[in-house]
Amino acid sequence: MESGPQGYSTKFETIGLKAGFGGHMVLDGIDLRIPQNRITAVMGPSGCGKTTFIRCLNRLHELTPGATVEGVALLDGENIYDKNADPVAIRRRIGMVFQKPNPFPTMSIYHNVVAGLSLNGVRDKKILDHAAEHSLRGAYLWDEVKDKLANSGASLSGGQQQRLCIARALAVEPEVLLMDEPCSALDPTATAKIEELVTNLKKDYTIIIVTHNMQQASRVADYTAFFYLGKLIEFDETARLFENPKEELTERYITGKFG
Amino acid sequence: MGTPSLAGKGFRRRNLLDKVMTGLIYLAVVLAVIPLILIVGDVVAQGGAEMSLTFLTHLPTPVGVSGGGIGNAIEGSAILVGLATLIAVPIGVGAGVYFSEWPESKLSFVSSFMNDVLAEFPSITLGIFVYIIVVLATRTFSAVSGGIALAIIMVPIVARTTEESLKIVPTSLREASLALGIPRWKTVLRIVISTGRSGLVTGILLAIARATGETAPLLLTAFGSNYYFGGNLWSPIAALPLLIYTYGISPFQDWHSAAWGAALVLVGFMLLLNLSLKLLIGRKFAGVRAEI
Repeated sequence: MESGPQGYSTKFETIGLKAGFGGHMVLDGIDLRIPQNRITAVMGPSGCGKTTFIRCLNRLHELTPGATVEGVALLDGENIYDKNADPVAIRRRIGMVFQKPNPFPTMSIYHNVVAGLSLNGVRDKKILDHAAEHSLRGAYLWDEVKDKLANSGASLSGGQQQRLCIARALAVEPEVLLMDEPCSALDPTATAKIEELVTNLKKDYTIIIVTHNMQQASRVADYTAFFYLGKLIEFDETARLFENPKEELTERYITGKFG
Repeated sequence: MGTPSLAGKGFRRRNLLDKVMTGLIYLAVVLAVIPLILIVGDVVAQGGAEMSLTFLTHLPTPVGVSGGGIGNAIEGSAILVGLATLIAVPIGVGAGVYFSEWPESKLSFVSSFMNDVLAEFPSITLGIFVYIIVVLATRTFSAVSGGIALAIIMVPIVARTTEESLKIVPTSLREASLALGIPRWKTVLRIVISTGRSGLVTGILLAIARATGETAPLLLTAFGSNYYFGGNLWSPIAALPLLIYTYGISPFQDWHSAAWGAALVLVGFMLLLNLSLKLLIGRKFAGVRAEI
């Protein structure tokens, strides 16, 4: 199996990454190199382990009771599963956007965006104000909310809430952005907006986006990884993977024979 | 057959049965509410006559001397419940947070079970317990011992309601916070507790209501007093339930009347607390709806 196309610098590399719940294996030895400043889609049918995979990349998976992880995940060459690695410090370098928008319901729009900074001890109002505006602009939300920053985050529409969550992730200036089916709860207009946004974010961030939507993968991703039953079946440039898959399983999935 | 064809077989019988069952349920509701209405009605009727500013703010007078009031008992109850709240809230909230956020630990499982047992304990035994470890050790009945006894009654209530109200905070909010690189303890403190805070307040108010009405644990600890609180927490102190108990079993008519008045104050306080709880919970559910 290909370990990945050449000609890019690697941001994240997993070697023999295994994960599960209790005795049940969900990820069965994933070797994958995620290119820097590119969008990598993780695609596959339900239950293939794609969500578990990205939840291993910011050490969120291990917080589920009964969860197990084995193997190596190198962020810029450093193993985030090293026994001396601090999960809190790792998570500050790796932002995450979830399937369903999850703004903090007790906080205003402003406080939602800067939560990652203010709860980690940043008090300087100037820094917070700047981060709030910068992140909201980065998430294409500034113009819609600039006059109501004190309103509750829960008062926004679903698509706006998801962009608020993206802004919240951007505010801590991560290097990597993990997105777990960020559009699955959104309508087509809101989805289009998020996709455009994601495409623009790649100049500053390495993005890994989980999707079960092949059109979405082909629209936004530079590279695509196809997962099936906890294994990485194929990883390639998106165009090549869709037009000329090397594995039969990939081809059958792309052509809708299963999934 | 005069019945229309749409009326199926046995329709009339089912319809009748339905009416009988509905009637029985209404009857059960009425039977359940009757004691409450009788008690409140009786307390208002008998105690209402006593109500006056003098009654609420003055010390009791000797038997046969008119005037006088239950000011010391109201003050004493406020001090005792205040002390108990100061002790019970940090412990109860802390325990509840632990039960909710670290359910996988064995200590959490065991102490959560023991918390349930403690909640069911007869309160007189808690009074005896505090009598032995505090009153005997310090050689005096005291406000502190009464506060501790009431706190032991409050802790399991606060802990259980804290746990329940934090458990309904969605996991996705915890994960959102952790994914931002916010440590777990800060996530619990600033995200989880802040989201479930109305449930916490509900639990604390419930516990206060329960503690305010407790008599048995105070008999052997606070002991009661005929005077205002003198500033010494290590001396006996008055309390509304104690006053009702003492006056209620006395042979004097004017003490009986005072007991009725005190009962009205206590019942009024409970009703007020429960009413504000209802309003608070109503608001809380409205909030949850808005979030979904």
